[in-house]
Amino acid sequence: MQDYVIRVENLLKKFGEVVAINDISFNVAPGEVFGFLGPNGAGKTTTINILCTLAKPTSGHATLNGFDVVRQQSQVRQSIGLVFQDPSLDERLSGLQNLRFHAMVYNIPAAVRETRIKEMLTMVELWDKRNSQVRTYSGGMKRRLEIARGLLHYPVVLFLDEPTLGLDPQTRSRIWEYILGLREQRGTTIFLTTHYMDEAEKADRIAVIDYGNLIAIDTPQGLKGMVGKDVISARTDDDDRAAEELRLRYGIEPRHDGDELTFEVTGGDEFLPVFIRELGVKIHSVRLRRPTLDDVFLKLTGREIREKEAGDIFKAMVREHGRRMRR
Amino acid sequence: MRNLRGIYTIWYRDILRFWHDKMRMAGAIVFPLLFLFVFGAGLSARMGFIEPGVDFAQFMFPGIIGMTVLMSSFMAGVSVVWDRELGFLKEVLVAPVSRAAVAMGKTLGAATVALFQGIIILALAPVIGVPVSVWMVAALLLLMFLLSVSMGSLGVLLATRIRSMEAFQVVMQMLMFPMVFLSGVFFPLQGLPGWLSVIVKVNPATYGIAPIRQVMLGSSPDSPFTINVLGHPMSTWDNIAVLAVFGIAIVLLAMWSFSHQE
Repeated sequence: MQDYVIRVENLLKKFGEVVAINDISFNVAPGEVFGFLGPNGAGKTTTINILCTLAKPTSGHATLNGFDVVRQQSQVRQSIGLVFQDPSLDERLSGLQNLRFHAMVYNIPAAVRETRIKEMLTMVELWDKRNSQVRTYSGGMKRRLEIARGLLHYPVVLFLDEPTLGLDPQTRSRIWEYILGLREQRGTTIFLTTHYMDEAEKADRIAVIDYGNLIAIDTPQGLKGMVGKDVISARTDDDDRAAEELRLRYGIEPRHDGDELTFEVTGGDEFLPVFIRELGVKIHSVRLRRPTLDDVFLKLTGREIREKEAGDIFKAMVREHGRRMRR
Repeated sequence: MRNLRGIYTIWYRDILRFWHDKMRMAGAIVFPLLFLFVFGAGLSARMGFIEPGVDFAQFMFPGIIGMTVLMSSFMAGVSVVWDRELGFLKEVLVAPVSRAAVAMGKTLGAATVALFQGIIILALAPVIGVPVSVWMVAALLLLMFLLSVSMGSLGVLLATRIRSMEAFQVVMQMLMFPMVFLSGVFFPLQGLPGWLSVIVKVNPATYGIAPIRQVMLGSSPDSPFTINVLGHPMSTWDNIAVLAVFGIAIVLLAMWSFSHQE
């Protein structure tokens, strides 16, 4: 049997009456890049908080690097590195001072402290900026500094909670280079949460979580295999009639997706010319694509991951507004 | 060992931050000076001597030292709330250091800053005309330290339960100003109306201010610097004992409360 670095058994967390995570179990192998995929509020951050000892589970248990997350907090904390969703740097201190603080609380021996700090700052390309106060850094630089800090004590598991949220595409791909390079060099296990599908694709395995329930866990390929078929989206003169025709003629059950008609077929490449030739309704546009994790999520939950997000963005705006008002 | 290093690191960061923050350094000193010179100068002429050889400014001086230390050490709580708002507290809370050590580090950080500011005010003793000796300075340092650790922990204790900066500031003002005004910083505590006298004696800050004054200005049982509690004239040591008991209780409570927050 494989020796897992993270074991989660029947983990349950309630906030009052609200169930944040509902009886979930999974294991993560050493050196794995493990992705937690789900909309905001699905229970991703709550799970991370429990695994990194910031919150206590209502029931069930979890071990990390062989240590119990409730009873052996100190050992768990020494084994993990964290990059939080919200920045957690001291902006009044320099990048170097932030890392020195971290090195000291994590007991990195004085003899290797400075070389280690230099190594990490060089890796994230912030060595030249080491003496500037963090508040002068850009968003991407701050995130890179946090990654450097999270790795400074050579953690067994690195948690990344939405590591690239709000960053531009170049910075996002840069950060991914570090993350994947790290696994190569040091065999660090990486546990990440994201709601970007393209990022989830980079994981070795993905757990899909929704409303606190773990609804699927597999490789990205395996998950896409659940959808299996190719996806065709078309815009026509009369979607209802086109749908009717698809049902009668091919036995396909399409769904209305905004102003599009979407359906799944096997062998899309061959079906597409037939469809265009035979359909009695005028077609404006048609698209064929391979299944993505979006489709997987849709299939598993009946919703698109983005649908929920619109509501969340509004909530985030209200929250941000409230925060500003308080200042 | 690990926790000692943790305390030291948390302490060190707060000192570093304070050192960068020149405005806070100046602000914390200007306010007491204003009291000392404006009140002192304005009222000394009118009030004459509180006791033979001690005018109003001289009477107020030890109180102002105590007030400076008290207000400044309360910043330990502000610092916790601030760290929470800025997210940095998370970095501290997931570090392999016990929460009690974090609470202690925060308290000691603010206490050190408070002590530093208290010493600056104390250095004005010759200007005010209060004679000081080496032994007196040593005793005052210990008293200021005791007061600052107690009040720093009180700040940390409140910060574990009050999460937003706005709420914390309101509570702090509501607590700190009455504590200062009703502790004998500005007036002798004898011959007060009954109700006021009771509040003053329940106020823990009173037992921080009184011994500072007794050490600087004299501690005979019939001097106006001695408070009577339940008919017993409190000696310097009596006051220190009350403050120490309060301090230890608050330190323990703050460490406990800090460990049991989510």
